[in-house]
Amino acid sequence: MEAQKFVWEGAIPLQIHLHESQVTALPPPPPALILAPRIGYLPLLAPLIKPYFSSTLPPGVDTIWFDYNGLPLKWYIPTGVLFDLLCPEPERPWNITVHFRGFPGNVLIPCEGEDCVKWSFINSLKEAAYIMNGNCKNVMNMSQSDQLELWNSIMNGNLEAYQRVSSKHKLSTVDDEYTSLCLPKAQQSLGETNLTAQVKTGKVPVRLYVLSIREDFDDLDEMPLVDSWRDLLHKSTI
Amino acid sequence: MDVLHWDGTLSAKDFRVGAFAFSQKWESLNSGFPPWVWVLSSKHPWLASPEEEGYLSLEKICISRPNEEDIDQISQIDTGEEEIGCPGNEDVIDDATLVQSSHHELHYCDFHIVYSSTFRVPVLYFRSYCSDGRPLPLDEIEKDLPACSSKELSKSKWTFITQEEHPYLKRPWFKLHPCGTAEWIKLLFLSDTAKPKFEVVLELYLLSWFSVVGQMFGLRTPFKISN
Repeated sequence: MEAQKFVWEGAIPLQIHLHESQVTALPPPPPALILAPRIGYLPLLAPLIKPYFSSTLPPGVDTIWFDYNGLPLKWYIPTGVLFDLLCPEPERPWNITVHFRGFPGNVLIPCEGEDCVKWSFINSLKEAAYIMNGNCKNVMNMSQSDQLELWNSIMNGNLEAYQRVSSKHKLSTVDDEYTSLCLPKAQQSLGETNLTAQVKTGKVPVRLYVLSIREDFDDLDEMPLVDSWRDLLHKSTI
Repeated sequence: MDVLHWDGTLSAKDFRVGAFAFSQKWESLNSGFPPWVWVLSSKHPWLASPEEEGYLSLEKICISRPNEEDIDQISQIDTGEEEIGCPGNEDVIDDATLVQSSHHELHYCDFHIVYSSTFRVPVLYFRSYCSDGRPLPLDEIEKDLPACSSKELSKSKWTFITQEEHPYLKRPWFKLHPCGTAEWIKLLFLSDTAKPKFEVVLELYLLSWFSVVGQMFGLRTPFKISN
């Protein structure tokens, strides 16, 4: 529980620069400083970011997207994961560039707004449910209002609301059948004679992102910049 | 493996075996379609993979249907024997020919059958484009699909077709969501009173699967099951 609360309360300070091609008035606007929740998605920050830059944008339709050092950021990966993957030596604030035009549709999946992000989240949830239960029934059978409540809890960083809905639909930790086997071992290694609390282990579905680096380096801040998503693979498992 | 207790899923190795069986059967059906090609590819080329990884590919399939409005207009203007799509015919009124050529642009589709290690079933990835290569968005693709598919789509748009990154090509493609596949495939095989052995199921798996999902695109798979 503690770990989950810790992650939910985590945030990444962002310094968001408007891309030079989108600046129509000089001097260029200063970057926006935004605290982004780790459990969140970059496009959801649009309502916070737009007011900073709306006066300098060229006319046209806005489709927000971001890049870090020229690498377009996959919007369906949570902000915290993106940061950990691309910036292992943490950059504070994290300097990223925002665009409102020229969406790279051949590289990034289109994101027309909050609804797109929500459905991407629901699809990830289905995948997680499938890994846990062998089927997605619990997610498919969720009422519209529960789906909305779950999504809103993510958007607002409301862990309690999230836990309320997720446990109702059996989306919490999966009980580990090895719990009882673990217990005697724990007693021996810890040398404790009075273990009244049941050591309960559980399993959670994870999506593992692995970035391959082909060059050697000594320190994390010497890590070569990621310039393509080619070297990223992810796998979902439990 | 006992088919009665089978959960409808495949291992990665089963998928490869099934894929080869499918592409062979497809060719022998002589349906007028080009063959399915196995594309050798790896999701992580920097890891020495003990097994061959890849996916099945069928590309540049024409899926566009003549616009229904055009057919009505043309049949109203033509009183008699002129066939639709006969541009060389001098008797066809210019307006009708123009109407047809401006609306009836050819649309093509690429299909890839990719194995999902999470859902342990094949997944159909597809993308559609015009003859000049311009990719088509979902609402335009929908117009090319048979009417019943459009109905399904409008009922549950996002749970049925999703746009995701192709696992090998790393570009946006559309896919048919695989979450119900294992269940209906299992029903399909269990409804066969002959209760086939798993080896037979594996041979027929992809053919049976595609005969269902292909219908979404109006691709009928003619086949006879030989037990």
